Amino acid sequence: MKVNRKSAIGVGALIAGSMVLLGGCAGGSTDGGDSGGDSADSTPITVWVDIERKPALEGVAKSFTEETGVEVKLVTKDFATVDQDFISQVPTGKGPDVIVSPHDKLGSYVAAGVVAPLELGDVADGFAESSIQAMTYDGKVYGVPYSIENVALVRNTDLVAEPATTYDEVIANGTAAGTEYKFLVGLSPEQGDPYHLYPLQTSFGSQVFAQNADGSYDASQLVLGDEAGIAFADWLATQGAAGSNVINANIDGDRAREFFLAGQSPYYLTGPWNIPAISEAGINYAIDPLPSAGGQEAKPFIGVNGFFLSSKSTNALAATNFIVNYLSTEDAQLALYEVGGRPPALTAAYETAAAENPDVKAFGQIGQTGAPMPAIPEMGAVWSDWGNAELQIIKGEGGEPATIWTTAATNIQGKI
Amino acid sequence: MATADQETVKPTGTAGGSSLNRWGDDPLFTPKKRLTSGGLIALLFKVILLGIIDAVAILAVYILIGKGDWIAAGVLVIVVALVNFIYLRPGLLPGKYLTPGLFFLAIFQIFVIIYTGYIAFTNAGDAHNSTKEDAIAQIIRTSQDRVPDSPSYTVQVFKQGDQFGMLVAEPGGDLSFGTNEQPLESVNAAPDGWDQLNLNQIIRFQDQVLDLNVQVTDDVNDGTLRTSDGQNAYVFVSSLAYDEAADTFTNTQTGQVYVDDGEGNFRAEDGATLTPGWRVVIGWDNFASVFTNEQIRDPLLRVTVWTFAFAALSTLVCFAFGLFLAIVLNHPTLRGKRIYRILVILPYAFPAYLTGLVWAGMLNQEFGYINEVLLGGASIPWLADPWLARFSVIFVNMWLGYGYMFLVCTGALQSLPDDIVEAGKMDGASAWRIFRSIKMPLLFVAVAPLLIATFAYNFNNFGVIYMLTRGNPRFTDTTLDVGATDIMITMVYKVAFGGGGGRDLGLASALSILIFIIVTVVAIVSFRQTKALEDIN
Repeated sequence: MKVNRKSAIGVGALIAGSMVLLGGCAGGSTDGGDSGGDSADSTPITVWVDIERKPALEGVAKSFTEETGVEVKLVTKDFATVDQDFISQVPTGKGPDVIVSPHDKLGSYVAAGVVAPLELGDVADGFAESSIQAMTYDGKVYGVPYSIENVALVRNTDLVAEPATTYDEVIANGTAAGTEYKFLVGLSPEQGDPYHLYPLQTSFGSQVFAQNADGSYDASQLVLGDEAGIAFADWLATQGAAGSNVINANIDGDRAREFFLAGQSPYYLTGPWNIPAISEAGINYAIDPLPSAGGQEAKPFIGVNGFFLSSKSTNALAATNFIVNYLSTEDAQLALYEVGGRPPALTAAYETAAAENPDVKAFGQIGQTGAPMPAIPEMGAVWSDWGNAELQIIKGEGGEPATIWTTAATNIQGKI
Repeated sequence: MATADQETVKPTGTAGGSSLNRWGDDPLFTPKKRLTSGGLIALLFKVILLGIIDAVAILAVYILIGKGDWIAAGVLVIVVALVNFIYLRPGLLPGKYLTPGLFFLAIFQIFVIIYTGYIAFTNAGDAHNSTKEDAIAQIIRTSQDRVPDSPSYTVQVFKQGDQFGMLVAEPGGDLSFGTNEQPLESVNAAPDGWDQLNLNQIIRFQDQVLDLNVQVTDDVNDGTLRTSDGQNAYVFVSSLAYDEAADTFTNTQTGQVYVDDGEGNFRAEDGATLTPGWRVVIGWDNFASVFTNEQIRDPLLRVTVWTFAFAALSTLVCFAFGLFLAIVLNHPTLRGKRIYRILVILPYAFPAYLTGLVWAGMLNQEFGYINEVLLGGASIPWLADPWLARFSVIFVNMWLGYGYMFLVCTGALQSLPDDIVEAGKMDGASAWRIFRSIKMPLLFVAVAPLLIATFAYNFNNFGVIYMLTRGNPRFTDTTLDVGATDIMITMVYKVAFGGGGGRDLGLASALSILIFIIVTVVAIVSFRQTKALEDIN
């Protein structure tokens, strides 16, 4: 009996072994099929897309297949890591033909050589200028944008009836409302959040990078540490733990939303992603322009989502056709708007959406004042130092705000 | 059984004899015939499975050769031949059991280590992501600039034999035709003998269509017409010219020459490089930069010290607390032992990732449960102050780990022979003396290897650090994004996948190898030490 049991184990191991081999080779054989498929006239286009947007693309994909005979495979990916997967897999030939991605990854894509430039021709004229800027890197357009998102000031109209234009008025209204918090913005107790605080920073005239005449950023000129930036840093200290404690790093994104939904504050600085939760909670809300703290116009960062073409696509012509001529149509952009709720990048589609939804119109109008987030690959490092400096200032630790701010700017300069 | 054995053994001839020789000295292995085979069904299984493996292997070799990957194909043939030899040849019994294990060892351990080692000697990363051919193709592709304010042309693609041509509608309404060799020429219609391609055909011949590069005039500097979708074409000029023979790029406007600098980039004399680069072996540079680049070395030193402290303290407090509870709950007169024991191991049953996130919320300075409820509204910066954050990390790790230590210690305590303890009591030893001189040494024999394993595990305990603090609070004086609670593995993760100019897989691999060496040395030294403990028995 002992012998039998032993041999059973051996056989079991053999089965396991052969299955591993089988699995490995199954992967290998499909691979061979793909690369050998150049001559077939129906090599499908593979598109990496997140689960939310997939249904919106199905209609466009279907009409593309009907008109060209080329199948479109929509592959759902986890969007937290999709940029890294894309960069790693494109060189091996296993990447997709098209990827849906936010524009701030574009710099990394270009550095890794995984996206191909697109020539949009007249199609580009139909899009909001800032969205094309976001798709441009080193003077080349790499993608077709479909949505623009930015933050705005959400106001609980039951608590404060009239919109305010300056930050001081906002705080005064908040105080008058008598709620627990005067003003909410979701930060992170470990890393700060320069993205959400950026409108307040720009109202002091402070920016990260100098802007060119056409509104795009000049990534070679860091202006974070200039006088306007220091003025913002000094002001931020007065709003932090050592001052009025209105801007509180311990209130993270989840808590800020929770407090606003509970009616504990009349104001909430946030983006369109939180609007569904706010309207579901039955809050009567209005979307106000961003309040100015430093006297100048408060301009947000805008994030643009778009479609990019892989540089190693074996089906580049069909994929380009799909991106440039099919995804830039009003129908496609509106379908994507329906699922995402973000203002469409195509001006015609935006106007249609804005006519039926005042929220989209309000966010879109605020977005027109902003400029795209810089997309340089070093931006990851910039966020980290920048956020940490803001965090220290808000907490009132680490010395003079001006010193903290300039140290961070010097560190960032060192990295770029 | 016996007949089945004979059936399988006899035809192969010398099977019984050879295995007798092999194991003949050992009286335990005298009934060898049984050991060589498991019966008819087993034989059938063996043949079928080997057949499947061989068939799959032949397919895989065919594909690999098709791809030109001769090394992988060769390795596969050798491995499969070896597997066949081992299982078809009678005898070689140990080999039959060892083969699957060795196979998985090779795939999951040895290959991974060798590959990590290889990457450590390359510049692999986001900026050096692929081969030189890919980089050249991409540089050529991105160096195409559309002529400013040039119009968009509607085109039709034509084909004659294996030649492709473009019929262009000029903005004025005139028609022109051109091919790769022949610049645009005014025509009334496409020349005879050329067939227009429909969309399906364009897609089918897309490589050739995308390669269509029709000069607008006789002078190439006036630009070439290209189409990227077979319908619209634009005039492009190239800002970089690639010289294949010299392997250089030249800027057509400034004349600046970019040469392969041997480190995976085309570099001009003034240091400017072209994007993207490509992956090359750069030798010891990654290891050297760990020790010479002070932006990496200084944080790494601090992180290393903390990593040792974290691993040692975590192991110590887990063990101490686990042992304490094990002794307390092992008391013979205690009632409700089972309930206590279940409660004690509960934290161990939760996933570490979830625990980290929950504790991060509970330790929030202002809204966390600990400060708000337990400490009555105190404002203790548990995760924001460097030393408190370190304390919190160790505390949460203790919460996660003591259950395991409790289980192990309970088991070990219960297996201690009662007579020795009794003998100690007879000799008048106090309870503390019995614990210190009898129970502890015996316990250590069983637990010491586990403590070393726990130390090694905590050395690389990515989950608890990343979920609780992500390494924060950040060092304010480093440019690398590392903080007070970062251990080496989270630092490697940040270097490999974090911000700071994209991923640097080469450097991250070099750091992993350093960690591997450190853990190995610690493990070897510790296991040597535990041998001394075993002498107690």
